[in-house]
Amino acid sequence: MNAVAELKPVGISSSMKIDLMDKILQQDVGDEAMSNLKYWIWLSSMVNASPGKKYQLLQYFRDPALVWEAGEADLAASGLCSKKLITHLIDKTARKETERAFESVKKCDADVITIYDRTYPELLKHIADPPLVLYCRGKPEPDETCMAVVGSRRATWYGLDMAKRLAGDLARHGVTVVSGMARGIDSQAHKGALEAGGRTIAVLGCGIDIAYPPENRGLMEEIIRHGAVISEYLPGTEPARYNFPARNRIISGISLGVTIVEAGEKSGSLITAEYALDQGRDVFAVPGNINSYNSAGTNRLIRDGAKIVTGVGDILDELNIRHDSKNTYSSAKKLAVMKLNRDEKTIAQRLLNGPVHLDVICRDCGISVQMASSILLMLELSGFVEQLPGKYYRLVE
Amino acid sequence: MGSNMYSKIISCGVLGIDGYIVEIETDISNGLPAFEIVGLGDTAVREARERVRSAVKNSGYEFPLKKITLNMAPANIKKEGSSFDLAIAMGILTSSGYIDQSAASKSMFIGELALDGGIKPVKGVLPMAVCAHRNGFRFLFLPEANAREASVVKELHIVPVKDLRETAAIINGEIEIKYFEDTGGEVVPVYSDTVDFADVKGQENVKRALEVAASGAHNCLMLGAPGCGKTMLARRLPTILPSMTFEEALEVTKIHSIAGILPPGVSLVNTRPFRSPHHSISDTGLVGGGSIPKPGEISLAHYGVLFLDELPEFSKKALEALRQPLEDGVITISRVNASLTYPARTTLICAANPCRCGYFLDQPGKCTCTPKQIQQYLSRLSGPLLDRLDIHIEVSPVKYAELESDKNVESSLAIRERVERTRKIQLDRYKGLNIYSNSQLQPAMFAKFCRLDKKCRSILRDVFDRLGMSARAHSRILKVARTIADMDMSEDIKPVHLTEAIQYRSLDRKAWNI
Repeated sequence: MNAVAELKPVGISSSMKIDLMDKILQQDVGDEAMSNLKYWIWLSSMVNASPGKKYQLLQYFRDPALVWEAGEADLAASGLCSKKLITHLIDKTARKETERAFESVKKCDADVITIYDRTYPELLKHIADPPLVLYCRGKPEPDETCMAVVGSRRATWYGLDMAKRLAGDLARHGVTVVSGMARGIDSQAHKGALEAGGRTIAVLGCGIDIAYPPENRGLMEEIIRHGAVISEYLPGTEPARYNFPARNRIISGISLGVTIVEAGEKSGSLITAEYALDQGRDVFAVPGNINSYNSAGTNRLIRDGAKIVTGVGDILDELNIRHDSKNTYSSAKKLAVMKLNRDEKTIAQRLLNGPVHLDVICRDCGISVQMASSILLMLELSGFVEQLPGKYYRLVE
Repeated sequence: MGSNMYSKIISCGVLGIDGYIVEIETDISNGLPAFEIVGLGDTAVREARERVRSAVKNSGYEFPLKKITLNMAPANIKKEGSSFDLAIAMGILTSSGYIDQSAASKSMFIGELALDGGIKPVKGVLPMAVCAHRNGFRFLFLPEANAREASVVKELHIVPVKDLRETAAIINGEIEIKYFEDTGGEVVPVYSDTVDFADVKGQENVKRALEVAASGAHNCLMLGAPGCGKTMLARRLPTILPSMTFEEALEVTKIHSIAGILPPGVSLVNTRPFRSPHHSISDTGLVGGGSIPKPGEISLAHYGVLFLDELPEFSKKALEALRQPLEDGVITISRVNASLTYPARTTLICAANPCRCGYFLDQPGKCTCTPKQIQQYLSRLSGPLLDRLDIHIEVSPVKYAELESDKNVESSLAIRERVERTRKIQLDRYKGLNIYSNSQLQPAMFAKFCRLDKKCRSILRDVFDRLGMSARAHSRILKVARTIADMDMSEDIKPVHLTEAIQYRSLDRKAWNI
């Protein structure tokens, strides 16, 4: 375990040192951590210290239990803590709070994974400020190949479609799709992976017992069944604005690369891209119309050197995953379209490039409105087409 | 002065949309000078005393300085307005002996007096003219400006008069009687068809939906972003409704005449009315009522289109009040001394934004509402009124390219011909059933008129299972499918008709969130 190997020499007073070392020598560090979850939860949920600071404390003291027991002098001697932080670390009321938090974690149906655990995502350990603890629902697999697919919450049909399609294609090639379960692109990425029968991981900016945004409750259950929902925040933590950027470092941290599907000039997903660069991950971006405000961020990323994604192959090549052009959305759809009757085929072909308005379908296919409405409903009933609000239609993945 | 101290002059009042005979009895007796009007007149009637006194005096007659008692019979109905002025003045002149009673008895007098004796136009002349004719009167004296309106009743002699002096002179045979002759052609269209579906570029699916609505007299709901053309499209619906018959036009004109919204010089409203009240309207304003009952917007839109823009902004009470008249085609207003019925057979078009910001139906990035907000907003549309809207139309803004295109667009006239043909099929089919269109079909009639074959039934079952459509959609779908089949001149409802009808139930779909 890297984190343990990099521990700095312990610099605390000699009498104290012997006591502590005794404790450590008596038990295996991993077991100690497991049996002392309370200390992990206490340290990791401390709001007054940054994730990086907490990680440094862990590296210095090796065990949260030791931080708990450390006196003012020991903490000061570590050279890591400001005076203010020390008062927080030895604050009695904060410690009492921990008892309550611990009880709530036990009650909640969640696994607690510490950084020393074998199930902790391997890649995440190597970033500068990994979370000490991950709360998790579902089945985490530490060695899976992950690719983050993220983007703006307010996306266009193009973005939503591309997110679903890319995530589906990645899942079909055994890649786990990681995203943030936010509205828009993130939700579509999860859906795409799930519908392709693959694995997907959602990293939340709130407690894992809270479905946010609320309309994604069903999606969240699906993700738990076919992947995992993880968060570094205590169960019960309400979604707060400032938690989400920090959450993004985990999305990129557990992934080999980050694909940004659609992002405006100031989209939060650009923060994820920055984290990815800091963490040495590949950054991919899906190009958009240069006039589209919604693609301004992704287009700029491409200009600045991000890898352009024109199909899932561009991502898979970088990941050294062999791919087969037959195993993608477009080819599967093209095959299915061949089996329809003439009018159905004309309409379905018009829909291959994304959602189209009913009037446009009629005009381009030369079919009357009433006929087209009728055909589209039949296609919808056979699960081929989906009607979107505003009389837009698109092919179902 | 003559000996005849008692006289009887005929005038007319309006109750609901029909006129009723009012006898003005005047008695002049000796006593202290007084002028009393009895017979449940309102303030306008009581004030007639002052107008009449001045008008009589200023027309060169002597106002009798005696005790004048004037009764308006039937005395148990409340009378309102200023249209009795002329008859009251004529009663006083007759009782004073200026006019021959027998000469006045075959005529009806209506009009408001000015202080100088001039005669001013009044409201509700058409129902009064109809009433005069029905009750066997041959002459109708009325203000010049109202002559054309009354001239619709062809068998009646319309005598337009400009002042009191002229009226008296005609009755006394001093000047020759001059009947009104309509010189302005047959009838002048009031709400002339300045709009046409040919002006609308693109929006093919909306036009089709409106044609279906017109063909079966279905009420609709239009959903779309602000500025996407909902009002523009709704305004054109009356142009594709079947032309009005004379009886229909007469009924509409009567209502408009009572409400006083007939433009001057108009005899008959012969195009279907389009009413679009502001959303701040009260329930009384919408369906009619008030202490002195007046027809509401729904009656003014009789045989035409009532358009409610920004539906969620209307008060709950107003929308609730719409339910009964929409169902029955009439609105009944009960008051202590009378119960009035106004006709209210109208096609209702409602328009609403699909969400708070209005852009839900556009490209997804544009809408700033959360799915929960959208649900909340749409839930304001639901309820009993929504159950009466057969067709849901989603309107998207037209792309610039389509505005530019010169593609030949069908005119309202061409569409109307098809609509008339479809309506005729319905009229023939429902003969003797007391309904006129598919929208009025009752569930008990479905088995006879909306029979579905096996294929259709299986489609319908699929729709309810797979699209999560709510059950209330069922009867709406059947009615609309019947109309679409009629448009296709098909005896049976075929799958293609049914599937199109299903597409007009957007709001019943479960999947209305992304």
